[in-house]
Amino acid sequence: MADPMKIRAQMKGDTAEIRVLMSHPMETGQRKDGTGNVVPAHYIQAITVDVGGKRVIQGQAGPAVSRNPVFGFKVKGAKAGDKVVINWVDNKGDKRTDEATISG
Amino acid sequence: MKKRIGALMAAAAMSAAFAAHAQQPMKQPAAKAPAKATQKATDATTADFEKFRDVLEEDNPAELFEAKGEELWKAKRGPKNVSLAETCDLGLGVGKLKGAYVQLPRYFADVDAVMDAERRIAHCMVTHQGFKAEDLAKKPFSSGNYTPELVSLTTYVAGHSRKMKIAIPQKHPKEKETYQIGKEIFAYRAGPWDFSCSTCHGEDGKRIRTQNLPNLSTPEGAIRAFQGWPGYRMTGGVMHTLQWRMNDCFRQQRFPEPNYVSPSITALLSYMGVNANGQMYKGPGIKR
Repeated sequence: MADPMKIRAQMKGDTAEIRVLMSHPMETGQRKDGTGNVVPAHYIQAITVDVGGKRVIQGQAGPAVSRNPVFGFKVKGAKAGDKVVINWVDNKGDKRTDEATISG
Repeated sequence: MKKRIGALMAAAAMSAAFAAHAQQPMKQPAAKAPAKATQKATDATTADFEKFRDVLEEDNPAELFEAKGEELWKAKRGPKNVSLAETCDLGLGVGKLKGAYVQLPRYFADVDAVMDAERRIAHCMVTHQGFKAEDLAKKPFSSGNYTPELVSLTTYVAGHSRKMKIAIPQKHPKEKETYQIGKEIFAYRAGPWDFSCSTCHGEDGKRIRTQNLPNLSTPEGAIRAFQGWPGYRMTGGVMHTLQWRMNDCFRQQRFPEPNYVSPSITALLSYMGVNANGQMYKGPGIKR
């Protein structure tokens, strides 16, 4: 039941600039709540980015990444109109996939 | 609704008595306020803060809250199962959002009172959707992973005034009166520290640690404080509105905190907002 990502993808010369803002608590597992109990770890572990049907990024993230993180990528060889599909999976198995189209 | 307003008024009177010191309220906004202010960046720290904000603003998580607010605005909800989009008038007509935020607080004939943005949305949720005011006031501010619906809604509404000029009306007598009350609260000294808002926010060039405090009695200072709210605070990753900022100022001054969406807050926002009139509002902001 994760919230949608915000994806921006735009051509800058021959390179596509892709930025994605993800909605996620990114709990480290190191924090305690008001009553002293550890807040369980909850963070994005895996990220993939496909452009025009081709996987361009397969990455890992961890508890050091901030809440509601932003990631930026530059992709060569993409063109305006290509579809960008971004997917993440967190350590609890929650996942989210969103897509956008590269603008000119 | 009538009852609620009555209660609020009483609260307002109380907090007005105490209120005077909004100084802290403004200090934070100030510090974070975007660079546009004409107040000179007198030192390197300030200049760096502003550079930092400019970079962050490109990918502001506030957008995530706008998205959530949009869902809430359009969904049929509450005991009466209606949407705010089809019932709520923010001053420009039912469901009209474009530019509404930069024209609030304003006078509303239906309640014969001046209301600010968050208070008006709360009013709509109570009157049209049938939510209970007490429930809305139970946990009105963001913390941890909790974001009240009203915060998302206010952020969504504010997003519709991006890059628009602040034009808070001062035509109706009650609008003028509210401004005057705000001005008085701003100048009222009290509390264990004998502060008023204007102790810190009534003069140019003041600061607390690295945070420059805007002089809210000037247009340059007022825009710095108005600007950037609702704001996403990096520390903790939470979204906050001006209601929170104002209440927190009271807390920081060791004053009793006003009730949620208190008329005293409307008055302070009116004073600050009208002083910022004519300048551009950039939209929901981001803060350190």
